[in-house]
Amino acid sequence: MNTKRASQDWLYTISPKRKLIDLNFKEIWRYRDLLFLFVKRDIITVYKQTILGPLWFFIQPLFTSIIFTLIFNKLAAIPTGEGVPAFLFNLAGITSWNYFSTCLTGTSNTFKANQGVFGKVYFPRVITPLSVVFSNLLKFGIQLLVLVVFYIYYVFFTDEAENAAPQTVILLLPFLILFMGLFGLGLGMILSSLTTKYRDLTFLVSFGVQLLMYGSAVMYPLSYFKTRLPEYSWIVEYNPMTTIIELFRYMTLGVGNFSFYNFLYAGVISIILFLLGLIIFNKTEKSFIDTV
Amino acid sequence: MVEDKDIILKATNISKQYRLGLVGTGTISHDLNRWWSRIRGKEDPYLKVGESNDRSTKGKSEYVWALQDINFEVKRGEVLGIIGKNGAGKSTLLKILSKVTGPTTGEIKTRGRIASLLEVGTGFHGEMTGRENVFLNGAILGMTKKEIASKIDEIIEFSGCQRYIDTPVKRYSSGMTVRLAFAVAAFLEPEILVIDEVLAVGDAEFQKKAIGKMQDISQGQGRTVIFVSHNMAVIKSLCTRCIVLEHGCINYVGNQDAAVNYYLTSEISKSNIDLEKREDRNGNQNIKFTNVRFYNKNKLEATEIISGEYLKIKFDIKKKKEIDYSKLIVAISVLDRDLNIALSYISDEMGFNFEELENSNYFELEIPNLYLRAGDYSLRLFSSYIDTQQSNFLDVVENVSNLTILQGDIWKSGKLNRAGSSMILPGNFNIS
Repeated sequence: MNTKRASQDWLYTISPKRKLIDLNFKEIWRYRDLLFLFVKRDIITVYKQTILGPLWFFIQPLFTSIIFTLIFNKLAAIPTGEGVPAFLFNLAGITSWNYFSTCLTGTSNTFKANQGVFGKVYFPRVITPLSVVFSNLLKFGIQLLVLVVFYIYYVFFTDEAENAAPQTVILLLPFLILFMGLFGLGLGMILSSLTTKYRDLTFLVSFGVQLLMYGSAVMYPLSYFKTRLPEYSWIVEYNPMTTIIELFRYMTLGVGNFSFYNFLYAGVISIILFLLGLIIFNKTEKSFIDTV
Repeated sequence: MVEDKDIILKATNISKQYRLGLVGTGTISHDLNRWWSRIRGKEDPYLKVGESNDRSTKGKSEYVWALQDINFEVKRGEVLGIIGKNGAGKSTLLKILSKVTGPTTGEIKTRGRIASLLEVGTGFHGEMTGRENVFLNGAILGMTKKEIASKIDEIIEFSGCQRYIDTPVKRYSSGMTVRLAFAVAAFLEPEILVIDEVLAVGDAEFQKKAIGKMQDISQGQGRTVIFVSHNMAVIKSLCTRCIVLEHGCINYVGNQDAAVNYYLTSEISKSNIDLEKREDRNGNQNIKFTNVRFYNKNKLEATEIISGEYLKIKFDIKKKKEIDYSKLIVAISVLDRDLNIALSYISDEMGFNFEELENSNYFELEIPNLYLRAGDYSLRLFSSYIDTQQSNFLDVVENVSNLTILQGDIWKSGKLNRAGSSMILPGNFNIS
């Protein structure tokens, strides 16, 4: 009786059949240490042998914000709202955009970049894009601190920031960050799966992300775009990243306006994209090593 | 039923199809074709095509079966060896077992966790220290941080890299990297361990240590091991059972000695095929070996030579293109049953110039005293132009003509020398 049961009791089966969603959460949990170690590797190896080291985490958004302020606000005179310094406005936009875009670009070459490892050893592949999202979350945290520091500077040492103040809905910020991560991760997983077969997409990603930034209200408020270019405004308005960035700026600086409808819109789109990404990624996982 | 419980892994009808040539072109059209037949409820049109995988003959189809209908079972505690020529499908089978790639058809059922070691040092990062890499590599191979932490001292000691353990791995010599990487893998504790030819790394001392560790894993700890190697001696000493793969099919299953014998004799039997017609050769064939003949001390053609006696080997060649023969290098090696080189004669180091080959279609190698112990040997023929860079290969053929050496009395002691694969060199014992 006992032996009979044991003989049918296979631990697992390797077969060509693919279920639509074949996610083994228990297995991913078993590999949680690997996730942690990948994150650690990403963080400590990026700026090894550089003089400024982790300071680069600050320098990049700071300088981008300075340039944006000079070009878009001083030169092109895009208004950022009464009583809100253009620099803070840009820094908030760039911080949130950066998190999304680093998640997207970091995960979109998962299969190609890890070909060597994936070809030699098995572990749940989802760990790799997940680790990108987590290590970027740490960088995002650091950059968020920079935003806080500059906010404090503007409030206490200048009188330019009289209208800039965090709103109570900032309590929803963790969810917004989750949406950003899921959105980048989902899109990244879809792209990484498709690039294993169709390499053209890699070129699309690198400049597509740049184009998308201009369409995501990073350096201008959505309201200003609507008044100046109403015929194109639907592109920006229905872009979920616009919604996320506008919400982020509202929560942290009180620029623009907030609606639960927008918040839900961003959430639903992110979750759908994430699930879609997961399905496609899972399908690719098994056979990619033969097509990459 | 009772016996069934012992089977820890069972593979049924495993096949794997690959697409040859420029992967990437035409994939969309094939994908659409597949999808179209799927929605009509028909079979995948590309699964019907494909040929068995023979590297040396050029096939008609762009699809090829790297593995075809593989069935086997592995019992708990067994060490299963997989042997076969390059391209026989060994690595593909290991990749499927370790879930790196999926099979095209068939399934594998297992009762234990499989950890695979297809390469040492997968995921090593040059910027991180040895210690950090041990953790990362261990986790990639499926260990938890706690498991690694409890074994880290043993791992470091086994690797012999104590002094450098907190130095970035990019500063390591390649040998040290390999030692550290193997040390991590050696302390894996899965129920089933799948190993590709990774023991052939490091220096002789470390190899011995690694093979010892393998023996410990399989015999001492009773773990199930599936193991690929080209080293027949290692296969014989480690494995308890063996599979011989050829062109993606299982040709033989049996105990390790019988399987190794089967493999080697099937390889040697190929040497009976007309040398000129053999396709499994390397080089541009501007000159090509077409026939090999052995002559004994009586100048008669023979396939059996007595140990210690005269041997002349005559090589017929065919010229496709005239070359500067003074720059020709020929190396003739005599290999034993386990495919280890017993002897080799390399023309350029012997100071021989092939200039006169211009007017001839053959050359000879004379060995006045063949000081080899009795046994079966084969030849490896190698010729190249100017130097021994791969791009200069003219003709390289393995496993040519088996040569049987019979027992002789090299020492003139009145006793026959024992059989074996070693050389006998002149020398004597003294008590002074």
